[in-house]
Amino acid sequence: MARIIVVTSGKGGVGKTTTSASISTGLAKRGHKTVVVDFDVGLRNLDLIMNCERRVVYDFVNVIQGEASLTQALIRDKRVDTLYILPASQTREKEALTKEGVERVINELSETFDYIICDSPAGIEHGALMALYYADEAIVVTNPEVSSVRDSDRILGILQSKSRRAEMGQDPAREHLLVTRYNPERVERGEMLSVADVEEILAVPLLGVIPESQVVLNASNQGLPVILEENSDAGQAYDDAVARLLGEEREQRFMTVQKKGFFSRMFKGG
Amino acid sequence: MSDIATPGIQQVFQLKSASVSMTALELYYFDNDEFEEALRDKISQAPGFFRDTPLIISLEKYEGLDSELDFFKIIGACRRNNIHVIGVRGGNSDQRRLARGASLALMPGSGQRDRAHETENPGEKAESAPAPAPRAAPEASPARIISQPVRSGQQVHAPEGDLIILAPVQAGAEVLAAGNIHVYGPLRGRALAGIHGAESARIFCQSLEAELVSIAGHYKISEDLQDNGWKNAVQIQLRDDLLVVAPLDKA
Repeated sequence: MARIIVVTSGKGGVGKTTTSASISTGLAKRGHKTVVVDFDVGLRNLDLIMNCERRVVYDFVNVIQGEASLTQALIRDKRVDTLYILPASQTREKEALTKEGVERVINELSETFDYIICDSPAGIEHGALMALYYADEAIVVTNPEVSSVRDSDRILGILQSKSRRAEMGQDPAREHLLVTRYNPERVERGEMLSVADVEEILAVPLLGVIPESQVVLNASNQGLPVILEENSDAGQAYDDAVARLLGEEREQRFMTVQKKGFFSRMFKGG
Repeated sequence: MSDIATPGIQQVFQLKSASVSMTALELYYFDNDEFEEALRDKISQAPGFFRDTPLIISLEKYEGLDSELDFFKIIGACRRNNIHVIGVRGGNSDQRRLARGASLALMPGSGQRDRAHETENPGEKAESAPAPAPRAAPEASPARIISQPVRSGQQVHAPEGDLIILAPVQAGAEVLAAGNIHVYGPLRGRALAGIHGAESARIFCQSLEAELVSIAGHYKISEDLQDNGWKNAVQIQLRDDLLVVAPLDKA
């Protein structure tokens, strides 16, 4: 049985697709057969970050609607050969993702893959609901600022109440917190929430902290999952996160400075 | 309030839901003279408070004979003291028929009321044998226990009894209970206790960071909570129509 993991956040622009690309690449690099599925129908960009946009023939919606088989639509990654990408459709509506259709595709993928990473669109609408519906685990990507934390909290609530596990009364999906764009200096200056604050508010175990870094931007622009930038701190932080996802104990890094008290000031103002 | 609506104008009135907190008179037995005397005595303690006040007669603890229950006399005694009886709460079907005969409104029995605060009197219960089946239900409405965080956008409701939450209640979340609300974690969202009017309901939390707290319709918003007990373990209760925040360690 495959582990189905959704990468989600509620808020847009926090690093879901970057995270999906790196986590799936990291899992595949360790020999696990992994597929990363882009649920962001209409705004696809996972294929850009994975540098396979020129090889997209069929997409997720084609498979759901029976216009193509899964093997036709899956794109094999050129760098890691146990990694596959199922791109989203750029021309369809999100409603094209029917519950039955998504289930059929996920079930078919489960037969051959060890890990299915679902890259969720932003928001709490249909696309995001479909991405998390079948998930066994969720990686909640959060930036260290209040609105992102609030949206993450919202999506965690939806995960607990609207996923298949919730509807069937099974154990809830396992939750992981990934704090991205973390800048310890700005935390020290009181411009950002600290990891401790975010963890305390969300009450979800911490999977990792990805430091804010120019390397992330550059890698995205080059179509390279940042985890493959092995000498960069962001790349290493993602590698740590993958290791922890697989049950390894690794000490948290890249969060050297911590500060309390910012949060209370923030709320009194509001 | 002479809001005279002219016929022909599109909307004569609008029905809105309102929750009003009211005084209930818990009647144990009825004897006209004793009743009026006791009533006068109560009023003399706080004359202003009772003047023109609406009152409901609660029959849940009534142990007298149905035949002694004369609503016309009750209404008369109250009216003489400037109190307006508007309805009855609870009671068996015979008692409720009598109330309807006296043009009183009928309100459901308060199964939702928090029994925890009422010292049980076993003797009293034994005698109320002819209680019909539906009245037996309020006996023990079990508390609802939630062990997961209540997240932004979620609503948790305990329509009958207490609500116990063993996790944070996040900003943007809402928890409601007919009885008390206990939050063994930070309370950052909204908490509404005593939603059916139980004024004895309380809210307990380990860290008060709420957007709003309300007991029986009396509420306070975050801004008004900052000065007292903010981010501390507190209990909130209603005293003389005012929400009072008190630290838990000194309780």
